[in-house]
Amino acid sequence: MIINNFMRLIIPSRSQNEAFARAAVTAFAAGLDPTVEEINDIKAATSEAVTNSIVHAYADRIGNIEILARILEPDIFYIRIKDKGCGIADIKQAMTPLFTTCAEGERAGLGFAVMESFMDKLRVTSKPGKGTSVTMTKRIKSRYEQN
Amino acid sequence: MGTAEITNNGERLIVALSGEIDHHSLKTLRGVIDVQLENYTPRLLVLDFREVGFMDSSGIGLILGRRRIAESYGGKVVVKNVSGYVEKLIKLAGLGAMISKQQEVCRK
Ligand SMILES: Nc1ncnc2c1ncn2[C@@H]1O[C@H](COP(=O)(O)OP(=O)(O)O)[C@@H](O)[C@H]1O
Ligand SMILES: [Mg+2]
Repeated sequence: MIINNFMRLIIPSRSQNEAFARAAVTAFAAGLDPTVEEINDIKAATSEAVTNSIVHAYADRIGNIEILARILEPDIFYIRIKDKGCGIADIKQAMTPLFTTCAEGERAGLGFAVMESFMDKLRVTSKPGKGTSVTMTKRIKSRYEQN
Repeated sequence: MGTAEITNNGERLIVALSGEIDHHSLKTLRGVIDVQLENYTPRLLVLDFREVGFMDSSGIGLILGRRRIAESYGGKVVVKNVSGYVEKLIKLAGLGAMISKQQEVCRK
């Protein structure tokens, strides 16, 4: 795949950066001329992954979150959200809808479910104590094609 | 920023949410709503999403948390004016039955 364009963003895991991260990513994705629905899907998936790094990965400290977004020719949006936080011991269990390790924080346990259903592909790699990487892709159908 | 405007007539508490609902804005929203909910224990809590521009699964947590509180004293929660995107999320969470079809008269 040819990388047509990319951006890399590093932010500290402060909750006020959630809005900034998804705004930056959606502004970048606008280069693919997505529909409002496609933009909302990307926005929600980004918000979920970034929030997870803030809430879970760096539960008791501030650490860096790296966001890498790419446009792969001709019409694929790619995003990777990476932290160096606590990691996930059982990824399969973590990805089960409604599973959460943070019920007292009113987490719904639906972050991965949102990423999975709003994007085309989702891949999670993680090592306890080392960190987590979430990679997602979504094909942006051109407006021309949708008409 | 997510904000909440509250109308309370004792029986019914209407919360008009607006802006972006995420993990960051959730803390404020929760505080504002819960003060009313716990003090007045209304029979019905209406969460109005008309002015909500964005939400993620934190918004689902907000709905479920308020429902838990309301049910603890026999109250009920409905959500209304959910747009295409918010509706998609609410249905993904299996909360489609909480969507109110009733047309509300706006009394401000
Ligand atoms: N970046 C991460 N670092 C560590 N743990 C994570 C991370 N992302 C997700 N998790 C774990 O996976 C669980 C499920 O995540 P999610 O589906 O987003 O639900 P929620 O955030 O509501 O708990 C979390 O409760 C947490 O235990
Ligand atoms: Mg989450």
